[in-house]
Amino acid sequence: MSVRRSVITGIGVVAPTGIGVAEHWKRTLERVSRIGPITEFDTSKLPSHLAGRVTGFDESAYVESKLRVQTDRWTWMALAAGRLAFEDADLDPHVHDPFDLSVVTASASGGNAFGQREIHNLWSQGPGSVTAYQSIGWFYAASSGQLSIRDQLKGACGVLVADATGGLDALAQARRLIARGTGAVLVGGTEAPLSPYAMACQAGRATLSREPDPAAAYRPFAADSPGHVPGEGGAMVIVEEAEWAARRGAPAAYAEVLGTASTHDAHHPTEPAPDHRQLARAIREAIERSGLTPERIDVVFADGAGEPRLDRREADALVEIFGRRGVPVAVPKTATGRLSSGGAALDLSWAALALAHDTVPPSVHLTAEPGDDLDLVTAARENAGLRTALVVARGEGGFNSAAVLGLPESGRRTV
Amino acid sequence: MAGERQRRAVVTGIGVIAPGGVGREEFWDRVVSGKSAIRTITSFDPGPFRSRIAAECDFDPAERGLTPREIRRTDRFAQFALASAAEAVEDSGLDLGSADTERVGVCLGSAVGASITLEEEYVVVSDHGREWEVDPQHAMPFLYQSLVPSSAATELAVRFGARGPAAVVSTGCTSGIDAIGHALRLIEDGEADVMIAGASDAPITPITVACFDAIRATSPMNDTPELASRPFDADRKGFVLGEGCAVLIVEEYEHARSRGARIYCEITGYAARANGFHMTGLRPDGVELGEAVKDVMTQARLNCEDLGYISAHGSGTKQNDRHETAAYRYALGEAVRQVPISSIKSVIGHSLGAIGSIEMAACALAIDRGVVPPTANLTTPDPECDLDYTPLTARETQVGHALSVGSGFGGFQSAMVFSKNVKDGAA
Repeated sequence: MSVRRSVITGIGVVAPTGIGVAEHWKRTLERVSRIGPITEFDTSKLPSHLAGRVTGFDESAYVESKLRVQTDRWTWMALAAGRLAFEDADLDPHVHDPFDLSVVTASASGGNAFGQREIHNLWSQGPGSVTAYQSIGWFYAASSGQLSIRDQLKGACGVLVADATGGLDALAQARRLIARGTGAVLVGGTEAPLSPYAMACQAGRATLSREPDPAAAYRPFAADSPGHVPGEGGAMVIVEEAEWAARRGAPAAYAEVLGTASTHDAHHPTEPAPDHRQLARAIREAIERSGLTPERIDVVFADGAGEPRLDRREADALVEIFGRRGVPVAVPKTATGRLSSGGAALDLSWAALALAHDTVPPSVHLTAEPGDDLDLVTAARENAGLRTALVVARGEGGFNSAAVLGLPESGRRTV
Repeated sequence: MAGERQRRAVVTGIGVIAPGGVGREEFWDRVVSGKSAIRTITSFDPGPFRSRIAAECDFDPAERGLTPREIRRTDRFAQFALASAAEAVEDSGLDLGSADTERVGVCLGSAVGASITLEEEYVVVSDHGREWEVDPQHAMPFLYQSLVPSSAATELAVRFGARGPAAVVSTGCTSGIDAIGHALRLIEDGEADVMIAGASDAPITPITVACFDAIRATSPMNDTPELASRPFDADRKGFVLGEGCAVLIVEEYEHARSRGARIYCEITGYAARANGFHMTGLRPDGVELGEAVKDVMTQARLNCEDLGYISAHGSGTKQNDRHETAAYRYALGEAVRQVPISSIKSVIGHSLGAIGSIEMAACALAIDRGVVPPTANLTTPDPECDLDYTPLTARETQVGHALSVGSGFGGFQSAMVFSKNVKDGAA
């Protein structure tokens, strides 16, 4: 049986770090926080006023006006990131057999602002004020559906909801599709929670940072970490079967998807697990399925929950598997906040870019001491000799997922 | 795959919460009876709406064994899932207390998740839609956890100690088939040995009723609710909203056999396609749904004559019913005229993502009981839907293989085959 390998050939980003893969990477290396005050609406009733915001995103450049009124900002970002990913992969979906192409997205909260507006109108003005588009704009499948239609992706499509692990679970599903014959899958996630009701939902989360200073609000693994800051945006990537990509003359791949795994703590719906056992198992299984051992992992992109107990569990898992300070631990999401389903997808983009550039991206507002259990990467590390990268993600309630990327067989992409 | 033994998945437990029948046996009796469970909406005043009818479940979570804390922190769709999963686990005879639950996963489908809580809490925090910048101080505790649909998968994982992979699949109205399909893939690939898999939706809320009113998709036959869901009938006027849940225990075949489990059927095929056409519209030729059907027939190595039952999507919109009829012809040819087909939505309405799993439960029970449930209210067949849609009365017949299809918003089309006899030996 020939092994069908999944390679990442294109990256599309709409995130607080920028629009498009080049700007995203450049601004990541600037090591500047993109967390700031929410200006979209009055946040005075909320316990926190900060978020990682996507600025400079002109949705009209990516989504025609007729489609804009039918869709939420979260779908605009997916449509934009999808187009950017196809362009980056130099892949025109319309010239291929549509049944060879699929889309899998992750969404944790659907079309927040869209849904709020429709429910608001219903209760303030009555049923006649609800638009025909509520039936297709708010629900979790809207982004996959619209991408499938726009880009003629008619193979098996998917939508995964697993809070912040969704992006990795979507990648795992893409890999299963490719193993079974699909040529290319557009995969990733975006999230757009910066609207009043969605932020009110966040307000009750024990893990939400109440720290008003943007420079201090999200510092995962710090002893006095005040919690997490939410953010918007995400990434979509093109995952292709390696030979299918070669046949169409695809550009050199950023990375190969070597293995994925997921577990659940099954402990308590609102309390963190008392140990790191299931998180460590997800990491170990992803490494094993990649045909690797922990010594072969060159960098870890941590989940970085920002809540001290959760950070402790993750640090314990990484120390148990890799040894104390056994592997560089990158937390570039310190610049963006946590983007829920978009977050794991953005981490995948960083992992793939780290391999292509042979550079571990920096973190912001983190400090590292030689005595720390984790080798936290604060400044960028160039010429790091990276051959593999592990991405870790956790979701509210006890979801744990991990994915391992490696250099493609063709070697490091010339960037 | 020569020389490689493929892992296969079987169904060993079934739990159902459906309108007109809470619990697997009541559900089955109801759909076989062909007696509609549709009525005027009771959970809120439907007066202002165009469609004022639905298929509601008479469901008491405490009676179904949910703890007060589970009830307090969960939306109705998660409560359905907990109750259905408990029935399915019990039916399977699995002792999850002693099993290696690191190999037990959860995959729940849902089209709209916690939509009741989402709206009810909004009414509170916005003071009946007066304040756009809402006040979270008036929200229930754990609002975020209650609203993210993945929390329902968490509830199942916690209740049953399932430490394997967990996720919610939300592909709109094909979520129910796709969730079981996802479970099948995880078992085939060795990522789990047992999956608690199914789908749940509780969408009977003012906003959902209003949004389907706005596109005139639901039936306005408010004076005769029991006659309103009439798939394939010339006098149909749209679908009728429903709610409910089915959970199946999907188990690796050797795992099931080694513990002497009762096996309902094997999952012998699963496929999905997208029509790439329109979020709600369907092309009349049914090609994409037909491609999904062709794919599952190939996977299951079946000819049309082997099918004993087709559980139709049969939503009762003219567009769907004709699209679906064309898809069967495209994939199966004229031989499909000999296969009994029915839509249980005629009895229990259309519960969005949940219905796909409920229909798979019906396929497993049709195989198990040797009965095909009828399409209720099919008194004047649409001449363009000229297949054997099993009008009005159930039929006793041996079902060796059952096909089910789903079609939904986003253009998603899915198909699945259940087969009675598990063939031994390498696939």
